[in-house]
Amino acid sequence: MSERGAPGGATSVRGIAAAVRSREATASSVVEETLERISAMDGELHCFHTVMAKEALASARALDATIAAGRDPGPLAGVPVALKDNICTKGTTTSCSSKILENWVPPYDATVVERLRDAGAVVVGKTNLDEFAMGSSTENSAFGPTRNPWDASRVPGGSSGGSAAAVAAGLVPLAYGSDTGGSIRQPASFCGIVGLKPTYGGVSRYGLVAFASSLDQIGPFACTVEDATLGLLAVAGHDPRDSTSIDREVEPLLDSLGGGVGGLRVGLIEEFAADVAPSCSGAARAAADALAAAGAKVGEVSIPEVRHGLPAYYVIAPAEASSNLARYDGVRYGLRVDAGDARTMNLRTRGAGFGAEVRRRIMIGTYALSAGYYDAYYGQAQRVRTLVVRAFERAYEDFDVLLAPMTPSEAFELGAKTANPLDMYVSDLCAVPSNLAGHPAMSVPFALGESGLPVGVQVLAPALREAAMLRAAAALEAAAPPGVRGPVKLAAAPAGAASDGGGE
Amino acid sequence: MSRISVEEVRHVALLARLELSDDELAVLSGELSALLDHVEQIRRLDTSGVPPTAHPLPMRNVLREDEPRPGLSAAEALAAAPAVEDGRYSVPSILGDEP
Amino acid sequence: MPDGYETVVGLEVHCELSTRTKLFCGCENSFGAAPNSQVCPVCLGLPGSLPVLNRRAVELAIRIGQALGCEIRPSVFHRKNYFYPDMPKDYQISQYDLPVNVNGHLDLPDGSVVGIERAHIEEDTGKSTHIGATGRIKGASHSLVDYNRAGVPLVEIVSAPDIRSAAQARSYVSELRRVLVAAGASDGRMEEGSLRVDANVSVRPDGSTTFGTRCEVKNLNSFRSLVRSIEYESKRQVALLEAGEAILQETRHFDESSGETHSLRSKEEAYDYRYFPEPDLVPLEPDEALLRAAAVGAGLMPGERRRLLWEAIGASLEEHASGALADQIETVIDLELDRLVVDAVAAGADGRLALARAANEAAANPESARSLGAGSFAALLQLESSGSLSATQSKAVLTVLTEEGGDPSEIAARLGFEGLGDAEIEELIDGVVAAHPEEWSRYLEGDGKVAGFLLGRIMRESKGRANGKVVSTKLAERRSRA
Repeated sequence: MSERGAPGGATSVRGIAAAVRSREATASSVVEETLERISAMDGELHCFHTVMAKEALASARALDATIAAGRDPGPLAGVPVALKDNICTKGTTTSCSSKILENWVPPYDATVVERLRDAGAVVVGKTNLDEFAMGSSTENSAFGPTRNPWDASRVPGGSSGGSAAAVAAGLVPLAYGSDTGGSIRQPASFCGIVGLKPTYGGVSRYGLVAFASSLDQIGPFACTVEDATLGLLAVAGHDPRDSTSIDREVEPLLDSLGGGVGGLRVGLIEEFAADVAPSCSGAARAAADALAAAGAKVGEVSIPEVRHGLPAYYVIAPAEASSNLARYDGVRYGLRVDAGDARTMNLRTRGAGFGAEVRRRIMIGTYALSAGYYDAYYGQAQRVRTLVVRAFERAYEDFDVLLAPMTPSEAFELGAKTANPLDMYVSDLCAVPSNLAGHPAMSVPFALGESGLPVGVQVLAPALREAAMLRAAAALEAAAPPGVRGPVKLAAAPAGAASDGGGE
Repeated sequence: MSRISVEEVRHVALLARLELSDDELAVLSGELSALLDHVEQIRRLDTSGVPPTAHPLPMRNVLREDEPRPGLSAAEALAAAPAVEDGRYSVPSILGDEP
Repeated sequence: MPDGYETVVGLEVHCELSTRTKLFCGCENSFGAAPNSQVCPVCLGLPGSLPVLNRRAVELAIRIGQALGCEIRPSVFHRKNYFYPDMPKDYQISQYDLPVNVNGHLDLPDGSVVGIERAHIEEDTGKSTHIGATGRIKGASHSLVDYNRAGVPLVEIVSAPDIRSAAQARSYVSELRRVLVAAGASDGRMEEGSLRVDANVSVRPDGSTTFGTRCEVKNLNSFRSLVRSIEYESKRQVALLEAGEAILQETRHFDESSGETHSLRSKEEAYDYRYFPEPDLVPLEPDEALLRAAAVGAGLMPGERRRLLWEAIGASLEEHASGALADQIETVIDLELDRLVVDAVAAGADGRLALARAANEAAANPESARSLGAGSFAALLQLESSGSLSATQSKAVLTVLTEEGGDPSEIAARLGFEGLGDAEIEELIDGVVAAHPEEWSRYLEGDGKVAGFLLGRIMRESKGRANGKVVSTKLAERRSRA
């Protein structure tokens, strides 16, 4: 396999954009090489549902024409990006990894897609996910799992596993996922890359197929903190089509990256240590030490309420999902299993079209909202959500950012947690409190676990304080030991033989 | 120990419009019960006087002006429909009126 | 109503708001377009689409609350979850326990007051057409759905169970309709579905203070259906009670052809709407600016307009109760001709004459009549009052005035109604007297029957240009002088 990246050697988002903008490389050559790489390596990994070769090449040629005409091609000129297949792309299938939407072609683009095109990025494909983003391993895809580029016997995490693996394998330098309860951060951790969930309302949800509306956020995957920041900036900002979009200007976050952590108050959350593997809690502690060494004021903080996050999440998210997924009824789009009357048609379509995990969550959510149970389950979970928010508020009186383990373990084997749903749910333990609070959080690769697989550390910040979060993340990246992050050097064939270590 | 009976599961499945086999109903009865046990830890929390949080951010009054914007043509709207007749979405007969 | 029982009715009126666009998207809100041509990802409920609330719809909803004397409160949108093919998302965005308007009232023309429990904002559904032998839902082979109406803004106005008869229910809906039209919130067209009514009907023995079990009757698309369904439903319920049977709380469908209500109960379905706060929308907290914006542009409410009319025509309190004037008043209010009447009176016209001409003649062409200047209307009425024009002539002039505009005197002249001068009339009388000496003598002797003959001759000679009243007066004067 050839070296990744643009002719001239650029592999980063910044490097590719700079090369294309300065005409050292053409967008067409970058995209062609990307498509070749995907074609050579994705057979085994199965990161992609759809590779948009024709559209991507056409976009690239148009960009080259723009540049030739002396017009500004945008800050991400020629950067190939992959999108989780729950982000609507006009004219290209958006399946959510579900049989119920297997052949659905949206007649409109998500806001993030419009913004990426405006920025000069080239969408090259749609990536695999757990069906409707429900899962933590990408095994709940109706079209087969994605494999972890570090070790093909392992899962890439989920639900945005396809996007995470595509970046980790060096197929694309930038990809997007959605994070409802860790679905960006957990696979980023499993794949040794950076994954960022912005503040709720920071990136438009218009065109993101909803899982749990009050928790969902779109965010970027990249190999470096800087590239993830560029990816965030390209899509962030107010969108009048999303009522929950924050109407204020996006900070120039790139300035934060070199700011260092001198004086930054960093709190290590104590609560998760007992629930996660030693390698994961160890990584968080080592990260705290590293930031202290870099000049941060580091302390420990107890936030007992975060332990209520997971059960509250597993009421709120399914409840919203049960309603959001009602529209897949066989009437207007997607699968229909016919029957003599509309109700039976609905029943059969949904029974056949949804996979086991989606059905399970719809059932939980329907139960939690139903007469007689609403207050005990949904109402109580919302009050607990308030407790989590208040607990964070208290913690942030003393700290600017918080650190925590990202996952309870490093990437597990395919099939290891499919037998018992609760085992899988626990994967989200450290991630969900940020979703409940609507706060930004990200995973930064920081260590290797017992099996030599990457382990991320989670950086959390209050709403709209991405700048502080990125300062800490950049410092962690600088302090991380070698070999903990992607892209992984892969042999093109036979795929499946994953590399034995990090790329750099 | 929470226990959701197969009959309750069957009722919820009808509300959710999911056709499930008896085996699936039985499995779900166990899985939902196990999940509710997990949720039990927050059901016991004293939340009296705590307001619910439906929204992570305290936003209010997000409004759009009453100005028409182009939508989809009928052809675009109907393109994905499983069955179309006479410019409209065709569905099997509806039993009972709107609730 | 059968003896010994009282009917208790609460009404739910769904009012489509007169906005340019739908409640949550920029699709046109208009009636009669080709099927599925006024849709977009949002109102079709496509995956990934999100609602954004229409400011105008909120203002009109608040304006309705203001017109009904409601408390206007911070409110939250909820999802009402149920599966139905004409609902694109299989949930309806509505307001549940925190509606924007609560605790108002509507004063009816007869002086009774009906409480308004709430008036909340929600989205309309699409429209299903049932294909098959009957065209009705029962026995249809399949149904066809058009989503043009899906997402059209509605305000649902829920009355207290304060209504006690079908007639009062009718009066409530027509008064509410006037209020909604006056507020500029609705076009009030029942036949286009702009107003739709559901009735909660129960009965109880006279003197009872507790409510009976109620049934919700749906599909009331006209005043006639409203009245017939309540009458039918009350009788049905009383018959059940008399037979010692229980009334089942249920939803019933009114069948216009049979005049009966039928149960919609479906045994395998238990409705459980699983309301929860709509996470895609943020709370609505009407502030001063929104309340002020809502109030701008609202017209006078019917109660106030009625008061102004009574004042203008100077009617006594006893007359308020009488039918004829009251009917004319309701007509001009419904046709929005009340302003014309009040202004014409202010410009010197006779009140009752103005009211009568507006309610009868102008009403034939209300649209043009609304643009009639009060000044020229008043001038015409003064010509009639003074005897320069006969009633017939005045009506003819009014027709032309309404259609073409202009000056009433000139129109009268053009039509040849120019009142003949006194001298000309005297001349005509002289001629007729000379031609019919015998009849004239009998008239002078007091033969009343011959008066009509003389008048007719004079009128004929004048070719209709003489005012009959004036001629009669002059004839009488000659006789008294003779």
